[in-house]
Amino acid sequence: MTGLVPQFIVDIWDSLPPLVQYLTIVTWKILFVTIGVILVVAFSTYFERKVIGQMQSRVGPNRVGPMGLGQPFADVIKLLIKEIVVPTASNRFLFVIAPLLTLIPALAAWAVMPLHPGFTIADINAGLLYVLALTSMGVYGVILAGWATNSKYAFLGAMRSAAQIVAYEIAMGFALVGVLMAAGSLNLGDIVAKQAGGLSQWFLLPLFPLFIVYWISGIAETNRAPFDVAEGESEIVAGFHVEYSGVAFALFFLAEYANMVLISGLASIFFLGGWASPFEGWTFLDGTFLAIVTAPSFFWLFLKISFFMYSFFWFRATFPRYRYDQIMRLGWKVFIPVTIVWIAVEGVLAWLNIGPWAG
Amino acid sequence: MSRVISTLKTFALWELLRGLSVTFRNSFRKGVTIEYPEEKTPQSVRFRGLHALRRYPNGEERCIACKLCEAVCPALAITIDSAVGTDGTRRTTRYDIDLFKCIYCGFCEEACPVDAIVETRIHEYHFEKAGENIMTKDKLLAVGDKYDAMIAADKAADAPYK
Repeated sequence: MTGLVPQFIVDIWDSLPPLVQYLTIVTWKILFVTIGVILVVAFSTYFERKVIGQMQSRVGPNRVGPMGLGQPFADVIKLLIKEIVVPTASNRFLFVIAPLLTLIPALAAWAVMPLHPGFTIADINAGLLYVLALTSMGVYGVILAGWATNSKYAFLGAMRSAAQIVAYEIAMGFALVGVLMAAGSLNLGDIVAKQAGGLSQWFLLPLFPLFIVYWISGIAETNRAPFDVAEGESEIVAGFHVEYSGVAFALFFLAEYANMVLISGLASIFFLGGWASPFEGWTFLDGTFLAIVTAPSFFWLFLKISFFMYSFFWFRATFPRYRYDQIMRLGWKVFIPVTIVWIAVEGVLAWLNIGPWAG
Repeated sequence: MSRVISTLKTFALWELLRGLSVTFRNSFRKGVTIEYPEEKTPQSVRFRGLHALRRYPNGEERCIACKLCEAVCPALAITIDSAVGTDGTRRTTRYDIDLFKCIYCGFCEEACPVDAIVETRIHEYHFEKAGENIMTKDKLLAVGDKYDAMIAADKAADAPYK
């Protein structure tokens, strides 16, 4: 620190009360993470259109800036300067508050995410419960949006979304119980630390069925294709956000993508070892410049999140939308039994001291 | 047995993975998009775009106001008035084509006994005000004068097939 920063700044800093110092650091951390997430969200809309375009032999956005990289900003500016139309028959207060209710939990959940060894905004022990609670909060925004709009289409969309999220929340929770049993902790940092030691130590292998269930439930939870009946264009126009325009619509859009990034991040943390490197323990690389790939860092988490975001887009380009009763059947009659069976198997193995969760 | 296999396939997400492999393979296929303003597809010499009225090399209008094009026009887009010109020949005083009515069928060009009205390969044009869609005689002659070389080359290229 000394030398980099002028002495008078160091002196002013030292003269501040510890509480102010703490609040300043935390505020900067929050700003850093939030702006990072929003930038990732902005560019994932661009990459979604590029990836799906590529898969459908199209080009995707390429007009704004080099390779169309300015497209997210053009979209945001367009939405910001558009009028917000509030339907006469709507409940004005709830109509305005609903987009915020979907966005805030999606951003707040990042508070407990271990992004880099030693970097977590709030390193709390009930991190996993906090995440579960906040991801469930998002559905309130959707339901309130559908209800406050006072439109049949929006209401149908909200109802579908609510039923779907309730169904998949259970399977998702059960899948996370498996992670809990393997990690022995609710602290996300501890869960990542437990998976240190290379690819073979990740929970992906012993918990593979739970990973699949978690990932598919995550897609259903974020109302993405092929589970996007909540906004099924062909039947109910745009679902719960049918009457939203301008910034209010932009917030829903932002929330959807922030949730996708969040689910990707959580899947990486629970099953792919978060910031842990897959090459950990390759000691023969020590001393060479390649040794850096064996070190745990934010880079690995970013890479894993990117992979999951890519598969979000990939699924959207591949699968047709599920019929509503098929979604319900998959959630209640397939995923919940599968997770319960695997938790039982895991319990027996742990009891017999077999596998990575022994002891 | 087949039921067992199909159940195993279902749980291994076999069909889904095959679908994913299709889209993944396609993402490496070379695109076929023509990025329009920069790139253009090849055009036939018979392309039927904006109309033009032609002149003889000595500057005399070809059109003799026979009104065959007006008669043949299936969309009734052509309106012609005629009178005796200064040199005592039959000439048009008005030759309007409503481009909103025109269906670009090319019948006027085929009907014309003196190759006066032609459809050029120009297709990138627009109207900014109401009324600009009416191509008057002056505008049509101006198009013909401006693109005379192109029109002549196109007609020459197509002549052997007529």
